[in-house]
Amino acid sequence: MIQQDWSLLWPKIAEATGETLYMVLATLALSGLLGLVVGLALYATRKGGILQQRAVFVVLSTLVNVVRPVPALIAIVVLSPMTRELIGTAVGTDAVIFPMTVIATFGVARIVESNLLAVEPGVIEAARAMGTGPVRILLTVLVPEALGPLILGMTFMLVALIDFSVIAGTVGGGGVGNLAITHGYLRFDTRVMVVTVVILIVLVQAAQLLGNVLSRKVLRR
Amino acid sequence: MTPSQQPDTPRPLIRLRDLSKEFTGGTRAVDRVTLDIAPGGVFGIVGHSGAGKSTLLRLINLLETPTSGTVTVNGQELTALGSRQLRAARRDIGMVFQQFNLFRSRTVLGNVAYPLRQAGTPRAQARDRAHQALRFVGLADQARRYPEQLSGGQRQRVGIARALATQPPVLLCDEATSALDPQTTGEVLALLRRVNDELGVTIVLITHEMEVVRALCDRMAVLDAGRIVETGPVREVFAAPQHPTTRAFVRSAVQASPLLDLLPAALRKHGVDEAVAASVLAEVSA
Repeated sequence: MIQQDWSLLWPKIAEATGETLYMVLATLALSGLLGLVVGLALYATRKGGILQQRAVFVVLSTLVNVVRPVPALIAIVVLSPMTRELIGTAVGTDAVIFPMTVIATFGVARIVESNLLAVEPGVIEAARAMGTGPVRILLTVLVPEALGPLILGMTFMLVALIDFSVIAGTVGGGGVGNLAITHGYLRFDTRVMVVTVVILIVLVQAAQLLGNVLSRKVLRR
Repeated sequence: MTPSQQPDTPRPLIRLRDLSKEFTGGTRAVDRVTLDIAPGGVFGIVGHSGAGKSTLLRLINLLETPTSGTVTVNGQELTALGSRQLRAARRDIGMVFQQFNLFRSRTVLGNVAYPLRQAGTPRAQARDRAHQALRFVGLADQARRYPEQLSGGQRQRVGIARALATQPPVLLCDEATSALDPQTTGEVLALLRRVNDELGVTIVLITHEMEVVRALCDRMAVLDAGRIVETGPVREVFAAPQHPTTRAFVRSAVQASPLLDLLPAALRKHGVDEAVAASVLAEVSA
């Protein structure tokens, strides 16, 4: 066992952290957008919803329930043929963004749906009484009214994605997880292990802090 | 509908014809209601909770889709419109809610400007008109605050300003004062009085409080189990209630008043016939 010099390790640690941030933030952006759309659709098409569409709701809801219980690691493996088709490779930082986005999208969708359901029905009725159409109600009433909880929900997703990215790292995804396995585990370098854990803690803390500050700003409390 | 009101009243602003609403499960919340509401007045619909008042009010702007019957507002048959036209028509029907239903994510000004923006009014103009509406309800200085920073009475005044922003000829009030304390109720009733007097907006309100009807309405209808059991000028209904439900309401209103002793004088002042007044007093003291 040859312990590498810190001067050689730091660049690797910095690079791995950058990769992790890239994976997590790219996935968050993609799944945030897609999940918002799916969540809005779930909310609107449900029974008694403002765009009630039973068939659409059943399909979406079933899809969400099928995808969500799949463990992250399994998803990466199962989706790898599609990943290769789409990205050109099933290995590496770019490649894992695809399965991560798929899983996260449906998680975000449920978060969005449940937060929208918590919006006071009275304000929707008020908007309807003013002659506002369903799509506008979704975008100009429901999303703004639920924004505080939505930000907290997205923060929860961001933290989950950091965890997810570490798992992805162990199966060729790169980033901090990969570093922990290749240097910390396979080379028995406890220092690297400790550093990666500290990095993950710092990332999670930062994500949570950002989410709390933003949601507090929106909720004005 | 009393036939006697037909000849000399102008074309009704709101015409309900044989209107019914059945909910899944077979409950008939509104049962073959036919009603004309003339422009310019304040029309009160009273009834116990569960009598179908709220459903009836929500049928007027079609927030509730009727099972059968027609709704005509301002000469336009709403029940014949497609969804897009119906949305346009709703901009001419303001609505005020018991729980105010303000947007928490928007400022007071943002709330009042919202219906204007939805109607396509340019931003600057919407702001001006929203400010104007806020001045009318006496909240010009609260424009930049958020609903949760206001008292209940102030919130309802914002709700009224928002409902009036698009300058609709008619305002529907769904138990607009029921969530407020007596003092604030008085303020909101006074504001609604001004809405009717100064802006000429026709008001249709539902309430279970006869006090509200007495303070504000000129005509009223009594709803019982989804049906209109009595309708007419408030003064007449109070003086000579016909239906048992109406009698119960009138009695509750009069007994609740500490001014019972002043009733004979009040009846005389409002031109109630001596014999009728005597029977009212007998009814009340019974």
